[in-house]
Amino acid sequence: MRIFVCVKQVPDTSGTVAVNEDGTLNRASMETIINPDDLIAMEQALQIKDETGCQVTAVTMGPPPAEGMLRELVAMGADDAILISGREFGGSDTFATSQIIAAGITHVGLQEDDMVFCGRQAIDGDTAQVGPQIAEKLGLPQISYASEITKEGNEVTVKRMLEDGYMMIKTKTPCLITCISDQDKKARYMSLAGIKHSYESPYQIFDFEELKDEPLIQPDKIGLKGSPTNIFKSFTPPQKGIGEMLEGADMKTAETLAAKLLEKHAI
Amino acid sequence: MAFDSSKIEEFKDIWVFCEERNGELMRTDFELISEGRKLADEREGAQLVGLLLGHNVEGLAKELGGYGADKVIVIDEPELEVYTTDAYAKAIVDCIEDKKPEVVLYGATNYGRDLAPRCAARLETGLTADCTHLDIDMNEYTDFLRKASTLDVDGTKWDMDDVNLKMTRPAFGGHLMATIICPRFRPCMSTVRPGVMQKREFDQAKADATEVERYHIEFKEGDINTQVQDVVKATKKIVDLIGADIIVSVGRGIAKDIDGGIKLAEQLTEAFGGGVVGGSRVTVDSGWLSKDHQVGQTGKTVHPKIYVALGISGSIQHKAGMQESDLIIAVNKDENAPIFEIADYGICGDLFKVTPMLIKAISEARANK
Ligand SMILES: Cc1cc2nc3c(=O)[nH]c(=O)nc-3n(C[C@H](O)[C@H](O)[C@H](O)COP(=O)(O)OP(=O)(O)OC[C@H]3O[C@@H](n4cnc5c(N)ncnc54)[C@H](O)[C@@H]3O)c2cc1C
Ligand SMILES: Nc1ncnc2c1ncn2[C@@H]1O[C@H](COP(=O)(O)O)[C@@H](O)[C@H]1O
Repeated sequence: MRIFVCVKQVPDTSGTVAVNEDGTLNRASMETIINPDDLIAMEQALQIKDETGCQVTAVTMGPPPAEGMLRELVAMGADDAILISGREFGGSDTFATSQIIAAGITHVGLQEDDMVFCGRQAIDGDTAQVGPQIAEKLGLPQISYASEITKEGNEVTVKRMLEDGYMMIKTKTPCLITCISDQDKKARYMSLAGIKHSYESPYQIFDFEELKDEPLIQPDKIGLKGSPTNIFKSFTPPQKGIGEMLEGADMKTAETLAAKLLEKHAI
Repeated sequence: MAFDSSKIEEFKDIWVFCEERNGELMRTDFELISEGRKLADEREGAQLVGLLLGHNVEGLAKELGGYGADKVIVIDEPELEVYTTDAYAKAIVDCIEDKKPEVVLYGATNYGRDLAPRCAARLETGLTADCTHLDIDMNEYTDFLRKASTLDVDGTKWDMDDVNLKMTRPAFGGHLMATIICPRFRPCMSTVRPGVMQKREFDQAKADATEVERYHIEFKEGDINTQVQDVVKATKKIVDLIGADIIVSVGRGIAKDIDGGIKLAEQLTEAFGGGVVGGSRVTVDSGWLSKDHQVGQTGKTVHPKIYVALGISGSIQHKAGMQESDLIIAVNKDENAPIFEIADYGICGDLFKVTPMLIKAISEARANK
């Protein structure tokens, strides 16, 4: 039994966000972090590993520096890691990305007892699309917005969060689950043994050559050129004109504000 | 005729997937139908079609016409009574493959964001997430850019005949806006952020005149591979930040008297005549407020008529969730707090002193109006 965990390295939006002149993001100038929901997906997988001793494999698609992140994940407790990386893959939208990651998973081989975990969404694009799209490409049942996962034999029970409550859903392996962060769940830290393992454990790197014969790869539907969606225009919104700082912080200030709100028919 | 998403000339009409839960339409349905009406009017010869799935839901169809749908396709099957990805994706994909709409919109709700990517992957077409603005007509689009961007719109050359659906969405917490198109495949699909599109006036005559078409889907053994065991409503009342006109949010600034700070925020909403209390992530992570109160990139995106930030610094993740509010008032004791950069009115002071005065002044102003 193996759990594949899809993890993305994303720019840390809590630092300064640098924008190039043409309106694209200046990724090079930004710190990167492990996407927060993906860390929770890894934690969920490691908890199942704690109970069952299953294998946990981290999978990422991205440029070569993402290897450092994979090392961190192995240091947390993942058994091994796969980096999917190649020029041909660059500029992929969610459709193309999910196709490539799905092909990476079939290249390793997905068994009856396996699961694929994703984060709900990545903070750079906030799309939440890649998980369900991988599930479709792999022909797996999907459960998104998962906050609790239990597995008995090949039966999986998931607590799926809704806007105003939750659903309990049952399915069978193999399946794909997308995980959300909630306030009680924190990812574990790296362990010493894990750090040691991360320097010994082999990383597999899958490039285009390696994956091109996978049936899921449609060479005309990957990368910037093959992606179904394209950026038509990107732009920065005009800075909202700096508003008014009211003078003081006393009753007169409060009355001034109330008068202004009345004048604007806001109250 | 086999379905081929790249034969783009075969596709026409604008569709809206209309979500129904427990026999009731959702607010997003009316927003999306209203927006779909605008798009159908921009696209010559296009009809606006609502796609309604569920069980015993036909009675809801005509209401959608009242907001602008020309026609509603109803897929009514027992398998669709409770939402499952498998059943809904199959019904929608089969119907799309049969009828070939040019555009399909979904609400970016919990279900919509689960369903739409599954459908897009099966149809081999693109999908744009969480859009906040849509255009087909280039005149409309360039007008939008004049207002919403810093681009030199009139100094740029545009192909004014472009009829792709132009789907605009924020990225990186609102630092960047991107307009996405799906030029080579159909349908063009997007999920649309709840609460952004304007709902039209309901028109009873249009509702009565709506065409309703029944469409049947046959489910086979093995089509549905997840079983919903239970649907549980939160026992505690969930705050409806997205629908609120008035939101008073608190941040770490209330730390020295948490209960007192939240109480002041509640009283301020009452002074405004009713509203809800929100919070920054710190307040949720610290357990002062439950998760449904969180405003921001990893919480809710809100656009109330008035947003008050009490003791919130204004991190970009927080701003991403509230900067579209009609009017922003900030109280912070640090005059350099970034929240003041986007506030219409800022007061530099201690929230524990300022808020009671605001409560008094606003209550009085409303009483004497
Ligand atoms: C991936 C990611 C996602 C995130 N998502 C979100 C999100 O969705 N929403 C969100 O809010 N944050 C989010 N954050 C966190 C965000 O970066 C900030 O940490 C958070 O918003 C800060 O909350 P705050 O403004 O309440 O606290 P602080 O930044 O600590 O600010 C407190 C403010 O209160 C003022 N203050 C203190 N005492 C008083 C007083 N007595 N009277 C008046 N003012 C006072 C201080 O001057 C200060 O400006 C996210 C971060 C990351 C990395
Ligand atoms: N390049 C990538 N490599 C690995 N996993 C990814 C990648 N992109 C997206 N994912 C996974 O898909 C989830 C949703 O991403 P997104 O659709 O971009 O919001 C993430 O939380 C990851 O688990």
